Order: sequence, then structure tokens, then C-alpha cells
Amino acid sequence: MPEAFARHRNFSFGLNADRLAALSVWLTATAISGLFLWLLADIAWRGIARLSWPFLTEPPTDAGRTGGIGSILVSTGLILLVALASAVPVGVGTAVWLSEFVRPGSAFGRFVRRSLTVLAGVPSIVFGLFGNALFCVYLGMGFSILSGGLTLACMVLPILISTCEAGLRSAPDEYRLAAAALGLSRTAALIHLLLPAATPAFVAGLMLGIGRAVAETAALIFTSGYVDRMPTSVFDSGRALSVHIYDLSMNVAGGDPNAHAAALVLIAGLTIVNTAAAGLTNRWLRRRIITP
Amino acid sequence: MSPLFGDESKAPVATEAAVDSADPYTLGPLQAGPPCCDPEPLIRVEDLSLYYGPKPALEDVTLDIYRGCITALIGPSGCGKTSFLSVLNRLTDLIPGCRVSGRIRLGTLDLHDPNLDVQTLRREVGMIFQKPAPFPLSIRRNLELPLREHGVTKRSELDGVLEQALRDVGLWDEVKERLDASALALSGGQQQRLCIARALALKPRVLLMDEPCSALDPISSGVVEDLIRSLCGRYTVVIVTHNLAQARRIANYAGFFWVRERAGCLIEFGRCHQIFESPTHALTAAYVSGGRG
Repeated sequence: MPEAFARHRNFSFGLNADRLAALSVWLTATAISGLFLWLLADIAWRGIARLSWPFLTEPPTDAGRTGGIGSILVSTGLILLVALASAVPVGVGTAVWLSEFVRPGSAFGRFVRRSLTVLAGVPSIVFGLFGNALFCVYLGMGFSILSGGLTLACMVLPILISTCEAGLRSAPDEYRLAAAALGLSRTAALIHLLLPAATPAFVAGLMLGIGRAVAETAALIFTSGYVDRMPTSVFDSGRALSVHIYDLSMNVAGGDPNAHAAALVLIAGLTIVNTAAAGLTNRWLRRRIITP
Repeated sequence: MSPLFGDESKAPVATEAAVDSADPYTLGPLQAGPPCCDPEPLIRVEDLSLYYGPKPALEDVTLDIYRGCITALIGPSGCGKTSFLSVLNRLTDLIPGCRVSGRIRLGTLDLHDPNLDVQTLRREVGMIFQKPAPFPLSIRRNLELPLREHGVTKRSELDGVLEQALRDVGLWDEVKERLDASALALSGGQQQRLCIARALALKPRVLLMDEPCSALDPISSGVVEDLIRSLCGRYTVVIVTHNLAQARRIANYAGFFWVRERAGCLIEFGRCHQIFESPTHALTAAYVSGGRG
């Protein structure tokens, strides 16, 4: 037996298919993380010099070459708030309907799912033009944070719905059966068992959605506009962070240093939100004892 | 008093002695059927047929389930025993394309009545599944969630019912220190007893059990079996089991299901000892002696 084992070990020192496969997956993984680190290091390297408390709080001056991004951050936050406040209820509702109420093989259910798949693949510029036509012009909201937020909501809905639906579906059928057998109403089973079970998946989807929304430029240029003043309400036009970065690096000569600093803020913000959401979800789940 | 049923005072009382007289671990002739058997039907099933789509899964089942007795349903897999159980608490409603015909009466209640409050029915007719299905909540919340849903909200009352139910299934001493710990951390046998406690907490009249021991190890299975036996006389129990020895040990009545032309049907129903000792049907004889199935 030890002999056979040794032989096997010796054999594996050569370059066989297994080792080749292992090597290549290691290489690709390293390449991906290397790319990410490079990007991060580059932005941090160029941006960190400009980063300061005044940069975060003061409004931009001289088309953004100098000054800070205070008003931009407020606009971005408001746009995101509008987007989530409208997308989350609609998303959860649709996901619940798709996973709990649609009979398998229902034509309407199939239609809704197919629409979502198509919507998920629509380029954001199309969402921007659609948002402009619907919210800015037809509904008369003009270039405003409200229009931008609602457009983003349309854009992140597909991803929100499909992750939430997947989360609900992954809740074991035993919960549904046991709940029904105990005379629990469908609503009670949803609120107490199924939605909590779907929460991790939903939060993951939410994070993807927020990431996509915060990074969005094309859909916002046509809807929330690019006025860089401090907004006074959601009916004001407001410039999102990604639009600001785009504008600084493409249209403003000498805007690059501030563009890098703004990009660093964007990435840092996303990282913080992601980590916080994961941590909070875990704590909440443990308190509800979903996980033992 | 139960809202759905009539007088409870006539419920037969099983004497422990009658059940325990036979050693539960030998297969010798069992003096089956405690003297609960002044049989009084609680559930009457007539000409029950059940279809999944156009295909019948169960055909022309007629039998009575007696109050306070344990009725075992035996037979090979796929002969519709579980479907039969699901008819009794209308869990069949949840299955798309499932259609049930025939007359089923539970006490004075018509189970097909469209105006029937299914939630109340299911409170009266509890069900235990093959795989223990505790909710991913604390032990306490597992019991309280259905109670609250059925309108029990007073803290003192909740605590009382919780302790009583856990004592009934012999789980109290094992978990009283950790009621707020996750129910998923319990062992399989404890989880199954928790599920039984959860059903008992609602004070049901009927308990349906779908192979409640088959996912458990022999020791836990024995504990749960003793528990089921102790329910005799206090609840009406219908249990599906593939363990013939178990059916023989615990049941007062037994029904033998078989598949005929790809649809399940009831071959024979009677006192447990009669089914096992002197079956009238050749198929039953072959099945209980291990010749078929």
C-alpha cells in the first residue's frame, strides 16, 4: 500500500492533465485579482493626494478642476435613495408573485420572466433615452433627481427581481408545507419564513443593483442632468458621481486629478456599503436564528 | 371544545396495559387494538378518488378512521398513502392540477365544502412529515409562530402551552435551558419530536403522520414510536409507515394499499391484528409476510 501511494505521488510530479488544469485555473484567478488590484492601486495612487475632508464637503469650482464633490455626493445619494425606494418594493413584490403565486407553466409568468431577461440586457443608454422620454418629458418631471432615480430603478429592477426570486425559490418546500399544515396563512409563511430565508440572496442582489446604479452614467446624463450645484429637492437637477468623473476626464482639460480622487471615493464608498450590508445581514440572520 | 367537532366526551380511552402487554420489540402475536374499540368513526371516507391531472393516483377508497385509535396505512411506495393523508387536511389544495372526488366527512364536517375554513381545519388536523421540518427559528418561536397565528398572544398562555407541548413529547427536560437556541441545532429525533410538539400545541383532534420515523436512527425512531403510542386514546392518529413491525406494534387498525393499473387502491382494512394474522386478501397476506412488495 505505501508503495502504491508513493508511486502515485511520484507520478503526480510530472506534467499531467490534472496539474495543467489546476495551473490554468490558478493563473486565471491570479490574473483577475491582479487586474483588480492594479486598477485599485492606480486610482488610489493618483487620487489619494487630493482626498481630504474639504474635498468631500465642498462644492466643485472651475468646472470641477478645483473644489470638492460635496454637492455631487448629495445628488448621488438622493438619486440612489429614489431608485431604491421605488425599486425595492416593486422588486420584492414581483419576486414574491413569481415564486409563490404563479402556477408553473403559466403563460403570463413566462412572459414576465422573459421580459425581465430582455430588460436585464438592455444597454443603459436605452434606459436613459426611455427615462428621458417617460419621466422628463411625458410625466413632466424635467431633468431632475427624481427622473434619474426612477430611471435607475427601472434599470436595476431585473437584477433585483431575479435574485430575490432565486432566494425565495431556494427556501425549502418543507417550510411551505409545514407552515400550511399548521394552518399558517400564506402571508404569515412569507413574512416569518420565506422572506427571511431569501434575505441573503436579496441583499446580494441589492448590492449588485446599487453597484450598477452608482456606476451608471449614460442613463443619468439624459435624466438627472449634470448641474453640479447643491440640489435643494429631488425636483432639482443633480450630477451623479459617475457623471462627474466622466465629465472631468472627457470634457474638462486638467480635470484628471479630481476625477481620480472622485473615482477613489466611489470605489471606497461601494466597498464600505458592501461590507456593511454583508455584516448587517449576517447579524440580523443570527439574531433571528435562521442560521444556527 | 373544538370548533369543528361535536362532543369529545365519548372519546375512547386506551389502556396503556393493553398496548404494553406485548413486548414492543418482538413480533409475536399481538393483542392488537386496545379496548378503545367500541369503534366510533371520526373520519368517513367514501369512494375517494384523487387525480393528478388526468391520471388517477388513488381510486375508490372507502374507509373509516376511528376516534382515538391509531390507524396505520401500509403498502408499497407510490400506492397513494401520502396522497390519502394530504386529502384529510386538504394539503392537496397546494398541488397544482390535483383533483379529489368522493365524500369525506370529518365529524359533521364536509371536507369538500368550499366554504370550509382550511386554516382552521389544518389546526384541527395536524400533520407530521417524513423529514423533520422545524422552521429556521428558535425552539420557542417554532411553537409560538403557529399559536400566535391562531390568536394565542398572551405571554403566560403561550409559555404554558409551550411547556405542556414539549413535556408531552418528552423534550422539555432536554431543551428547557435553550429554548431560544436554533431548532436546527437539535438532533433529527429531537427535531421530529419538536414538530410533533408544534402540532400538539394547537390542540388538534387528528394527527396525520407520514413515515415519521423513517428518516431517524433506530434509537430516535424508538423514542418517537413510544411517543406515538402514548398518543393513542388522546388523539386520532393516522400513520403511514413502511415499517411493518412498527405498524404492528403501534396500530389498532391497519389499511393495506396496493397499486392496480397504475392507480393506488385500498385492498383491505381492518383491525391491525386481523390484517397481520388473518388477512382475507391474498395480496395482503403476501405483503405482510414479506412475500410481495
